[in-house]
Amino acid sequence: MELEKYELGGTYYKEKDLKDGKLLSLDWKPKLQYAWDDGVAIGRYLAELKKGNIIARKCNKCGRIMIPPRMFCELCWRPTDEWVDCKDTGRISTYSICYVNWDASRIKKGEKPHLPAVIEIDGASPGMGIMHILGEVDPEDVKIGMKVKAVWKKPAEREGSITDILYFKPARR
Amino acid sequence: MAYQKVAIVGAGITKFVRRAQETGKELAFQASKMALDSCGMTLKDVDCVSLGTAPDAFDGVHMKGEYLSDGSGGWRKPYMRQFVGGGTGVFAPIHGWLHVASGMFDTCLVVCSEKMSSCYPHPQGAFITIFDHTTEQALNPTLIWIFALEMNRFMSAYGISKEDIAQVSVKNKKNAMDHPSAQLPMDITVEDVMNSETLAWPVNRLDISPASDGAAAIVLASEHTAKRITDKPVWIDGVGWNLDTAYWATRDLAYPRYVEKAARMAYDMAGITEPKREIEIAEPYDPFDYKELHHMEGLLLADRGKAVEMTVDGVTQRDGDRPICPSGGALGVGNPIAATGLMKVIEIFLQLRGEAGPRQVPGTPHCGLAQAWGDLMQVGTVVVLRS
Repeated sequence: MELEKYELGGTYYKEKDLKDGKLLSLDWKPKLQYAWDDGVAIGRYLAELKKGNIIARKCNKCGRIMIPPRMFCELCWRPTDEWVDCKDTGRISTYSICYVNWDASRIKKGEKPHLPAVIEIDGASPGMGIMHILGEVDPEDVKIGMKVKAVWKKPAEREGSITDILYFKPARR
Repeated sequence: MAYQKVAIVGAGITKFVRRAQETGKELAFQASKMALDSCGMTLKDVDCVSLGTAPDAFDGVHMKGEYLSDGSGGWRKPYMRQFVGGGTGVFAPIHGWLHVASGMFDTCLVVCSEKMSSCYPHPQGAFITIFDHTTEQALNPTLIWIFALEMNRFMSAYGISKEDIAQVSVKNKKNAMDHPSAQLPMDITVEDVMNSETLAWPVNRLDISPASDGAAAIVLASEHTAKRITDKPVWIDGVGWNLDTAYWATRDLAYPRYVEKAARMAYDMAGITEPKREIEIAEPYDPFDYKELHHMEGLLLADRGKAVEMTVDGVTQRDGDRPICPSGGALGVGNPIAATGLMKVIEIFLQLRGEAGPRQVPGTPHCGLAQAWGDLMQVGTVVVLRS
């Protein structure tokens, strides 16, 4: 068989055809709500973020200090053993300079690009990072390996969320 | 291990388009019917059906497996849906292989259908829920973040330039000019890729595959059945799949270890000890241009950090020593998630049969590979095919 010898299905239409009513469609906006329980490990992680601390969880078998913390070690497949206090500093493992929003729409004209990064947290095992964003830095100055420090919301404004850390900024030497 | 040998005996595919007028069911029917027609079979000859389709959120249809079952020929048959994110399209033939290899069935129709366009303004929005709801979603991530972060890590680990990576996009989009299903066939240059809109540095618009609607299907048969159906069966000689942790920020993004594990599983089964020499042609998953390179390395088809040199040297061109993505890949043919992986399997099937038309690589290869990848950058699926 050769694909070239068949008449293939799949009929393309333009977005405009839909808007112009050349094709009919039904619209649906789901109105759903969810309340995600934080769980044991992440619950404590968020409670500590509210206090301005970053904590991890250690497995005494493989010795890994894991962040985000978890109640079981997925590699040793056993319960983890203890909480470990980390610092609110770390190192940029990788980053991006992003001009699109979560839904693929573009950021506003004049808006600074978003700077998502993976940050390896000091006090956790090497290579253990979290996704967060960078601030107080020009995109062109960001480098892999750069030391960064958390910038926290004011205590009264914190709500026990990953966003209690506003962003990470370059650490002063 | 005792199992029946399993062959691919027929294939079908639709065009890949940004928005299809057909529903997902209709696309599934078109591809499935073509697959059965291609090998002179009817639905009566099909013992069981395996369906692959990606997140329900694209369609806004819950239980999408059931929704697509009639178009896929699944009614009143043993029918099962499988889903491992972007890895689905190559897990589908593995899933079908399990059905036949086990001896439970002699034939299996494997169908992958995807309709991404129902989700608007852009299906990318549906991806927000793949991020951890408590520790990541609050940061309003877009799907491109994880690719941009991984690409940057890959580039910096090996000192690879964006320009060199862009050659993958140039190659694949050009290859797609010869694929009848192609959505984004283009004759472009590295400069075009570099000058296209920066979405999330280091990712530009032309580094990325498009959102697509489309379907693909293949027919699997046991050895004694296959020989009655066709004199050109293509054997599934190795299958492998593997999953790594969803804590993606805690692993080395420069190297997909889970892809290597999936590949080793498939190679062991197929008796392949030197993949660089024995795999003559490959279709690694290329939703972004750097991913083709990342996956070639995970598949042990290139040394770590060296896949880019093969690309720059022209080795991966259709007329090179190791053609990679001769179909045009996700970058050129399009990326209707689950259907993309199966499109890749179909390309290797056609290449090994010498039936790839204008895309045929010189010398009719005898051993090839298709691979897909997905979930939260954590799953690898691999099949090794031989003529």
